[in-house]
Amino acid sequence: MIDRTVWGLFAALLVVLGAGFIAADWAQFLLVLALAKGMVVLGLLVLMRAGLVSFGQGLWYGLGCYAAGMAGNFLGVTDAFLLLALGIAASTTVAFILGFLLSRYREIFFALLNMAFSMILFGVLVKTSVLGSTDGFNVLTPTFLGYAPSEAALGDTVFLLTAVISFVVAVLIHWYLGSTMGFIGEAIRENELRVEYLGVSARRAVHIKLMIAAALSGIGGVLTAIAVGHVDPEMTYWTTSGEFVFVAILSGTGSVAAPFMGSIIFEVLRTYAYEYSPYTWQMLMGAVMLLVIIFLPGGLWSALSRSRKGEGK
Amino acid sequence: MTPVLEARGLTKTFGAVTAADDIHVAVADGEIVGIIGANGAGKTTFVNMVTGYLKPSAGQILYRGTDITGRDSREITKLGIHRSFQIAQVFPDITVLDNVLVALGVAGDLPRTIFKPLRSPKTEAAADEIIARYGIGEYRNVKAGLLPQGVRKLLDIAMAMVGDPKIILLDEPTSGVSADEKLEAMRGLLKVLKDDKVTVLFVEHDMEIVGEFAQRVIAFYDGRILADGKPDEVLSDSSVREFVIGPELHRRSAGKD
Ligand SMILES: Nc1ncnc2c1ncn2[C@@H]1O[C@H](COP(=O)(O)OP(=O)(O)O)[C@@H](O)[C@H]1O
Ligand SMILES: [Mg+2]
Repeated sequence: MIDRTVWGLFAALLVVLGAGFIAADWAQFLLVLALAKGMVVLGLLVLMRAGLVSFGQGLWYGLGCYAAGMAGNFLGVTDAFLLLALGIAASTTVAFILGFLLSRYREIFFALLNMAFSMILFGVLVKTSVLGSTDGFNVLTPTFLGYAPSEAALGDTVFLLTAVISFVVAVLIHWYLGSTMGFIGEAIRENELRVEYLGVSARRAVHIKLMIAAALSGIGGVLTAIAVGHVDPEMTYWTTSGEFVFVAILSGTGSVAAPFMGSIIFEVLRTYAYEYSPYTWQMLMGAVMLLVIIFLPGGLWSALSRSRKGEGK
Repeated sequence: MTPVLEARGLTKTFGAVTAADDIHVAVADGEIVGIIGANGAGKTTFVNMVTGYLKPSAGQILYRGTDITGRDSREITKLGIHRSFQIAQVFPDITVLDNVLVALGVAGDLPRTIFKPLRSPKTEAAADEIIARYGIGEYRNVKAGLLPQGVRKLLDIAMAMVGDPKIILLDEPTSGVSADEKLEAMRGLLKVLKDDKVTVLFVEHDMEIVGEFAQRVIAFYDGRILADGKPDEVLSDSSVREFVIGPELHRRSAGKD
């Protein structure tokens, strides 16, 4: 179980921790956001391994964000771990319910049905004035099992939490994908008829995958809410969901590390593109996507694994 | 004794076409039944109804006396009625070994499969044993989509046999195998199936193979059962010769097989 990938992830965790603690505050914050969103992308990886793409992951992400924000503002909950539990509960419960419908669909219908649900949530949030409508609202400062860090230490604490959770989640998903149940995704992508005639409900397997992806997105949402200190309906908007798909394709599905790597690259690119050429950001992203699709259809990760294989020969 | 599988008045219509017309069949445990019939006679439709791929328009299907009409393919598979397909259904982008590993892994309850690693020395040994039994060892690491048709069919059957079915329905198991290798392929396959004591229904166009391996033959014609009985009786029946065997010989001489 503790295989090369797990050691690799552990090494990556150490590198990220080292980099994050010496980095400037803004860079550390960027890393937190990238890792949090990387978890949403990891959820997409789970779906994409089963041949499914969702244009509505903002739904689960937004549920995580708002669950964290609302638990603080309405219930006075500030403990980050409790918020995480609530965020996961919110997103997976909704995924469990909607999953009965979503798991019947494949391909573009699946992608757009997810998007439709995310648009409904967006519409509801925008119309709900107690939740600040389009402005959203501020999230309370988190505490950590009774520890209330000073303002100066808050950033480091949130960063540490995010990095460690990313590591744990990546290992868990790595194990899941290596299990028979995880691998059923590949089987469904390749031949659903054969899956059914092996006695397995492809729909049920997809339902479970949906809930896993929702849980991951929920975690990403809670961490984002905590880190940013603010939530707004934009987090559930289809452009946010589109960005997750973008990063997922950029990253590739070759490894559970790929979404995090892709997400970090994406956030860095975006920051610099905004700074140096504020009006050409979309163009740059379009060009990057074009190059990846043409030259690295397996995503950035495939370039890494390809060069590693090359060395081995 | 209650038949292991029984069809009562099984009927399937597609618009104006009646693909199966009032089929009555009772199969005893352990029987090896050959199903013959010209193209379009309704053989696949029969297999599809029994295995839950198609819902019958009328009639009943019983498994050990229990009505299973209308249950979906998955439930029927779980009951122990497995099948292979006229066009082999495998996972094309993964190797033969991985195909079998998936089949082995999912034999059981879905939630529990999360604790079963797909690959382990134990599962790979079990998969290798299966691959060897079906004589496709040399293709172990070949992607299933790249296999010769005959081998792909064997893989399909091997996967269908995982999970110890009580009944297996094989839709043209040797199509795609060259004429001179058919007999040998079928002999190997049936030996494995007999060792597993599974009840077999196989659809076959080659009368030589039917005569050699079937203990009982059912001849379909135009959605109906034309004859049902011992191979020598059915194969020498005059209407079977006219409507089934004649067209088959014609088909073969036309080079379509
Ligand atoms: N899904 C379908 N839709 C319409 N007609 C069908 C369908 N499946 C089979 N048929 C028709 O039913 C008849 C029996 O087909 P089939 O069972 O495939 O025959 P066989 O397997 O004996 O060659 C044929 O006339 C075929 O055209
Ligand atoms: Mg047929």
